[in-house]
Amino acid sequence: MIRGLPEEEYFASGHRACAGCGGAIAIRHVTKAAGPNTIIVQATGCMEVVSTPYPETAWKLPYIHSAFDNNAAVASGIEAALKKAGKKVNIIVFGGDGATFDIGFGALSGALERGHNFLYVCNDNDAYMNTGIQRSGATPKYAHTTTSPAGKVIPGKIQFKKPLPFIIASHRSPYVATASIHDINDLYAKVRRGLSIGGPCYLQVYSPCVPGWGYDTAKTVEIAKLAVETKYYPLYEIENGILRITHKPSENKSIESYLKMQARFKHLSPEQIREVQAAVDNEWARLLEMEEKKCKLY
Amino acid sequence: MTEMVVEASKAIALAAKLCRPKVIPMYPITPQTHIVENLAEIINNGELDAEIIHAESEHSACSALLGAQASGIRTFSATASQGLALMFEVLPIVAGNRMPCVMAVANRALSAPINIWNDHSDAVSVRDQGWIQIYVESTQEAIDTLIQLYRVCESKEVMLPGMLCIDGFTLSHVYERAFVPDQSEVDEFLPEYKPLNILDPANPITMGPIAFPNSYMEFKKMQHEAMLLAKKEIEKANQEFGKKFGRKYGNGLIETYRMEDAKYAIIGMGTLIGTARTVVDKLREKKKKVGLIKLRSLRPFPDEKLRKAIEGLKGLAVIDRHISVGYEGPLYTDLRSAFYGSKLTLSNYIAGLGGRDITAAHIEKVFIDLMNGKSGGWLL
Repeated sequence: MIRGLPEEEYFASGHRACAGCGGAIAIRHVTKAAGPNTIIVQATGCMEVVSTPYPETAWKLPYIHSAFDNNAAVASGIEAALKKAGKKVNIIVFGGDGATFDIGFGALSGALERGHNFLYVCNDNDAYMNTGIQRSGATPKYAHTTTSPAGKVIPGKIQFKKPLPFIIASHRSPYVATASIHDINDLYAKVRRGLSIGGPCYLQVYSPCVPGWGYDTAKTVEIAKLAVETKYYPLYEIENGILRITHKPSENKSIESYLKMQARFKHLSPEQIREVQAAVDNEWARLLEMEEKKCKLY
Repeated sequence: MTEMVVEASKAIALAAKLCRPKVIPMYPITPQTHIVENLAEIINNGELDAEIIHAESEHSACSALLGAQASGIRTFSATASQGLALMFEVLPIVAGNRMPCVMAVANRALSAPINIWNDHSDAVSVRDQGWIQIYVESTQEAIDTLIQLYRVCESKEVMLPGMLCIDGFTLSHVYERAFVPDQSEVDEFLPEYKPLNILDPANPITMGPIAFPNSYMEFKKMQHEAMLLAKKEIEKANQEFGKKFGRKYGNGLIETYRMEDAKYAIIGMGTLIGTARTVVDKLREKKKKVGLIKLRSLRPFPDEKLRKAIEGLKGLAVIDRHISVGYEGPLYTDLRSAFYGSKLTLSNYIAGLGGRDITAAHIEKVFIDLMNGKSGGWLL
């Protein structure tokens, strides 16, 4: 229990997520921040499978799951219906990175353009984990997955991660943010912020996956923290098109410490690690510049 | 009641309006587009208090339909062909969640080759996904059936979605005389939607859970039983609609024409029935004992009613506007199964694919073949 957070649980213990699941930590605290006056819409994925094995459910909130690729569209229908019924209810839309970056992206883009009032929360764990760790548009460069294996010729995924928060922001979404499951207070505040601003808001939560990333079960929070402290996963928010970095690590931690903790990166050569470090440094410099110059993203 | 000459698509929009849907997700596709265009005009002119969702695809339109209906309100949408194919993934989810959504389908051929004209390949291909499917012949029947369909789908014993199937262009774009009921009459016939389960923070429930092998079959069995019960509800709605509005369509499931002493008959769905009526009349004048069966409800399939309808018949020709590639017309397959053990001679004609006209000459040839004991084929 974290001091200052509501004691009520809306995502009950006893769900079937793996020990050390980052996604379950995210959902537990996102729902705490949203409170009881909330409807949950969830895409197919790990978090849906582990939380709704009929006749059990981990959800103490009204909940609907339908398919992998349509959570934003289902939420659009709910929002329109609530508007007609004159009800004011938070709508939280959950999807993994596969549902969000890839298969449900068209539906999400359409919903953003139409301007429905919901908070979309992407549980970003860098791959299709429910089907057994396959490459997604969110998978980072050089990560080993079962469909982008570290082979003798091709060293894991060869492309960079899709810059989804910026793509979302370009849709004139009033609030886009990244968060990490190691900093619950920050996550909590960003959920509250997104819900209070209204409109189609987007929160991308970095949620480590024990079997997908290959690390010790007890290290989930530590690894999430390291992703942020090494600037591998920068935390920021984009409000009305203006970016603000919400956490600036005080020391320059090298990316190597983060990569070395995970089996998915164990094949990386020193040169490849240097390349990843350079990409991280570039992106951080870009974010700093964007913040300093108050660039309008739309 | 207002009498007018109206395009069927507009008439369907007017009928939908009378049913007071609150959310209408829409996506344009030929030949359905006039339906949603007319609804958009109705809503933007303040004549219907409903929210449009301009979906970015039919897949999303159907998903929004589900979300809106799950929130406890009545919905409507329309699609055709590739649009229905794109919705395919969501169709069984709507049905499996027992959401009584109603949708018009302006039947159109599936690609390839791309073709915007009528056949039944779109709707028949999704026949097994748990939606009630009623095929109609005229503008008037489309109006009346849409209103009835909401009542059938929303009845507590059924709680299943429904498709109103109209032939693309041959009905959707045709202007006919029709009577559009008054709002007060429809309100009396179709009471406000009372959902069984909704997404409500005051009473949280989980919709769309994962069902393991130990429960999945029970869900499917209940769905199937509800679909079978829908037969009675379709009959009842047709009966009560008839009492109130003075128009009935056979027993609701099928409609027969000059079948009393018929020895030979044709069965089909949709607009070809209108053409076949005139041919039956012509042959009757020549003392040929011919008749006609219009199948309205493809699902649920009215096998008992059909067995009753063919009593005394020697031959029946089945006209399919779809081909199950590699076998035969799917309606023919269904009917052979329904008539298993009967002495009736059945023949199958594949006709009207991709908008090919089914002419009176075609129908007459089918009757002559049938009376001469010839087997079916393709009406090219």
